[in-house]
Amino acid sequence: MSDTTEALSAIPQFAADELEAPPLSLRQLAWRRFRRHKMALFGAVMLALLFVYCFGGALWVSEDYANYTDTKARLQAPSVSHPFGTDTVGRDILARTIYGGQISLIIGLTAMLVELVIGVLIGALSGYYGGWLDSILMRFTEAVFVIPQLFLLIVMAKFFGGKVPNLTLLGRTFSGSVVVVILIIGATSWVYLARIVRAEFISLKEREFILAARAIGTPARQIIFGHILPNSIAPIIVSATLSVAAAILSESYISFLGMGVQAPTATWGNMLEGAMNYIEEAPWFWIFPGTLIVLTVLSINFLGDGLRDALDPRSRVV
Amino acid sequence: MGRYVARRLLQAVPLLFIISVILFVLMQSIGDPLATMSGRRPTRSADRERLKRQLGLDQPVLMQYVYWLVGNDWTSIDLDGDGVRETRGERKGVLRGDLGRSLKKRQPVLDLIGERLPNTLLLMGTYEMVVLVGAVALGIYSAVRQYSIFDHAVTGVSFVLYSMPIFFIALLSMYLLAVKPKQWGLPYFPTVGMFEPEAGKTVPQVIWHMVLPVLSLSLISLAGYSRYMRSSMLEVLSQDYIRTAKSKGLERRYVLFAHALKNASLPIVTLIGLDLPTLLGGAIVTERIFGWPGMGRLFFDSVSDADTPVVMAILMMVSVAVVVFQILTDVIYAWLDPRIRYE
Repeated sequence: MSDTTEALSAIPQFAADELEAPPLSLRQLAWRRFRRHKMALFGAVMLALLFVYCFGGALWVSEDYANYTDTKARLQAPSVSHPFGTDTVGRDILARTIYGGQISLIIGLTAMLVELVIGVLIGALSGYYGGWLDSILMRFTEAVFVIPQLFLLIVMAKFFGGKVPNLTLLGRTFSGSVVVVILIIGATSWVYLARIVRAEFISLKEREFILAARAIGTPARQIIFGHILPNSIAPIIVSATLSVAAAILSESYISFLGMGVQAPTATWGNMLEGAMNYIEEAPWFWIFPGTLIVLTVLSINFLGDGLRDALDPRSRVV
Repeated sequence: MGRYVARRLLQAVPLLFIISVILFVLMQSIGDPLATMSGRRPTRSADRERLKRQLGLDQPVLMQYVYWLVGNDWTSIDLDGDGVRETRGERKGVLRGDLGRSLKKRQPVLDLIGERLPNTLLLMGTYEMVVLVGAVALGIYSAVRQYSIFDHAVTGVSFVLYSMPIFFIALLSMYLLAVKPKQWGLPYFPTVGMFEPEAGKTVPQVIWHMVLPVLSLSLISLAGYSRYMRSSMLEVLSQDYIRTAKSKGLERRYVLFAHALKNASLPIVTLIGLDLPTLLGGAIVTERIFGWPGMGRLFFDSVSDADTPVVMAILMMVSVAVVVFQILTDVIYAWLDPRIRYE
């Protein structure tokens, strides 16, 4: 008798509700997978903190202070009044990392949007219609792919540089170079996205539900944006997330070379311009903005990695 | 196969044509080449007109493109500005191997590139070798010891390195390997140039100066490549033929290097094929930080000076290399992997 109970207790017991758990929606499943991804959660928290730093920090220091030059206090080491030290013309680096971070993050996000619009449009049109339109668009895509991105960025920065007037938005003046940088990063980085979207469209447009939609006379525009696009959203989200990181890196490269966002507007990238000349006398000059770039890009990459695992229906971790 | 290659080469022609048109249009507005030509002195307006005519900048864009592409020795140009075309053109055009003359340095572009290319190839070739050897070694070791402390450490470090802008790695390596040892009185690596002027351009000097730039370049690529190698190796190691080889009693080392590595390195071929041609253009940021006189600096300086013939030549050179290497990679891939057939 006792043997039987022992044997029975060895069998795992499920509570009724566990056995008959309500079916999870796709979104819930994705969230469940995402939650298990510790690095992705770390990335999300880190990003939230960085946003608080850049946008919350602006409540404490004003932009005028960030751009205030004091040539008597050039290249001062970190102290109580300047916790991150001062730069070559005596501006406070802490304040500049706050306002520079805003611009860097904004550039990352908006360049991603530009890339998204171009990439999705070209990928969708060439995947859906095929034929000669596909040939033309894909030749163009290939042409942009062949030229290395940094080379193209530099040439385009020079091409558009100084042609966009300064903007005043929400009571702040943005250097026209910010807009230029956003546009050129978007215009040089859409190639991979276009290819992903095209591949999705080519495989999805042959499915029955698209045939059905066509049969009842749904207009092409609605099939593309209402039926196919929502079904290929997962790889687009992942790619878009990772491209925010890539855009922040691109901005830092081009601004580091002095062809991106122009002073006095700070970005993490242009704060590092000429840093190699001060490597010995003022390490704080490049360590703080550099570390912030690495932290941001790392967090976004973690987040993108987690999203990839969470949104991929083939991923086995549930 | 021959037909496949021929078709790809034919397709490359319109592609390169599109690229050259896009680039040529971009070149029209990257700045005023005449403004920087005479150095600090402003160019006199009479000289300006003459220079413009000499360089063909007075022509419409379309004609400029035609001259650039096929040259102008088949027609006459108007040098003195009286409306009569009296002088025979001298340019041969890119299609006949004439890349034009630098506006700033007044030298043939080919000479300028010939001066810089060896430096860049030396730097980038070394970097590619370091990355290749390092990535294969790290990848295999991580795959064999999957989920060991070593594997986790490599994964973590490569994630961080992969997220770093190259200038930050370069600055850090300068600080840790040159500035700090110097302060402590230890031997330190040089940070600028290819050699000390007083020591001359000797082999040990150049190697010594190459350490930091190669290190900075390699660390980032190593992070990506070794992850690639690891996953490819893991995939191969789980296959039946590896189990067969093991159960035959073959030596572990032999199975790893002779059986697994061959197949696992296939995807790396694609990566290298995409990487190699862009090496020609040099590393713009790295060369700038370390003062390396290579193609990247030539490109950057030429863009700053609006020296369009040089910029155009470098970009077209890299583009042609990318296209050729894409075809080469596909051919080599098919040769290495008989399962792939191109029709």
